[in-house]
Amino acid sequence: MKTGSMLSIQNLSVSIDSNPILAGLSLTVPAGEVHAIMGPNGAGKSTLSYALAGKPGYTVTAGSATLDGEDLLALEPNERAARGVFLSFQYPIEIPGVPALTFLRTALNAQRKARGESEVSAPNFLKLVRAKAAELKMDFDMLKRPLNVGFSGGEKKRMEILQMAVLLPKLAILDETDSGLDIDALRIVAEGVNAMRGPERSMLVITHYQRLLDYIRPDRVHVLAGGRIVASGGPELAHELERAGYDQYSKVAA
Amino acid sequence: MSVARAIETRDAALLPSRRDEDWRWTDLRGLIRAVPPASPVHDGGLPVGPFAGVEGDEIAIVNGRGPDLLTVAAGETRIAALRFYSGAQAGAHFSRMAITVGEGASLTLLETYETAAADYLVGAEIDISLGQGARLERIVIAADGAEGASTSMALVIMAPEARFAQTLLTHGARRQRLETRVDHPGAGAHARLDGVYLLSDKRHADLTTVVTHAGVGGDTDQLTKGVAADQARGVFQGRIVVSPGADKTDAKMGHHALILSDRAEIDAKPELEIWADDVSCSHGNTVGALDEEALFYARQRGIPEAEARAMLTGAFVGEVVDRIAHDGARAVAQAWVARKLGVAS
Repeated sequence: MKTGSMLSIQNLSVSIDSNPILAGLSLTVPAGEVHAIMGPNGAGKSTLSYALAGKPGYTVTAGSATLDGEDLLALEPNERAARGVFLSFQYPIEIPGVPALTFLRTALNAQRKARGESEVSAPNFLKLVRAKAAELKMDFDMLKRPLNVGFSGGEKKRMEILQMAVLLPKLAILDETDSGLDIDALRIVAEGVNAMRGPERSMLVITHYQRLLDYIRPDRVHVLAGGRIVASGGPELAHELERAGYDQYSKVAA
Repeated sequence: MSVARAIETRDAALLPSRRDEDWRWTDLRGLIRAVPPASPVHDGGLPVGPFAGVEGDEIAIVNGRGPDLLTVAAGETRIAALRFYSGAQAGAHFSRMAITVGEGASLTLLETYETAAADYLVGAEIDISLGQGARLERIVIAADGAEGASTSMALVIMAPEARFAQTLLTHGARRQRLETRVDHPGAGAHARLDGVYLLSDKRHADLTTVVTHAGVGGDTDQLTKGVAADQARGVFQGRIVVSPGADKTDAKMGHHALILSDRAEIDAKPELEIWADDVSCSHGNTVGALDEEALFYARQRGIPEAEARAMLTGAFVGEVVDRIAHDGARAVAQAWVARKLGVAS
């Protein structure tokens, strides 16, 4: 029986250009749970997401991160993706010359190949993407255009969620997915995310504001400040932060 | 200083060298100490050519020997595969070809440089004349060998309203130069000069163009993109001359290159010489590395690094290949790029 996924981060320290950003961060996300990471600007929220995804230049100096008990930090970024790690980028990248559909199909088949699964045929792939795009109220023809080129901020974020819906990760990290979205786009994106909640999928929702968490209700909320988790609680913690601000934690961290 | 005369007289001192301003980055004299002996008559047939799948007449020039005329009569439409084949190990040869496309006629020229040999020195000169309203699309795959030295010169004379379009695709050679000189009459004539170079190992490719606008109201649109890896060297020299009186000329030139290794080199010299009024001329030249952010993004989605690099590189040069008008030739060119980059197309 499949036990579902679990992210376990122990005492993780990460530096960029020898500057320590994360300093002994520990966090556990049980299978099927959605955890929010909140914190002031510069606390290391994006560093955490990039370090888990394996971005070059993010040097792990101490600690561990495992997914289902497997050491993530020893893997290449594409190997982590094939194991089920998905990062929804705060600023999705434009890729001129590569149609979004081509990119997504290449990614899906690369992941399937890495897992020893057969490739998805072109008709089945298109059927799948058409259905997911409709759920996210995306214009299918847009997917024939080069990935994210000329897309609005909201379209780029929807494109991220569409990719997540097609790739079906075990661990989804949503980095400031609410930034740049108006309220309608936020609702659609949140519905897309909520539709993917399930017992075999964990999510890490990184946000500066509480607003997103009205739509994506987290099981737990963690406060990241000074490169560590300084407080954890239930959903009510997000509201408390919205009221009281991050100042108290900045002082703790300093 | 002439490749043709050096080969004909077997005098290496006549080869262009870095002392010739126009050849400073493609030094043949410095590479070749002695001109190899004349290539013998080729024994046997030719392999299947790169454009074998495209319907058209085949004209083969083998070891410098073959037809020297191609004429498309007024109003006629033709597709021709022009194959320059070098089959002689350590041989030298030079060939000339005259192509005439009559008034209102149309030619799709699928030109290839092919070899099974090494240590050769070869040259080709193609004199192209386009009549009034004639159309020529020239697609070149220069598949020279890693140890060959090869030069090609196309001299194009266009009549009013003619359209000349070319796409050069090359993976270089030990030394290789693909040169195009266009006499542009203005007068509603249109020239497109594109190129793609994909270089690795110690290969060298030089794409040199000179377009001279002589009359009022002509267009030139030029886009070259290239990639140099390992210790390869890419050279782009593009000159557009707008002569006195060639008013209302509209010319643009772009050269963009990716340099994928510390030991690779790109030399670029875009030049605009403008002697007329009311012209619109622009050029852009960039040399950079592959976008690391895009590379990480692709890897985060599960695409292995080598595949991601090939995808991004292919997309980079794909913009040029997509401008090929002939569907069959474009498909061949796309497959050629994919094969060079090591991706399935």
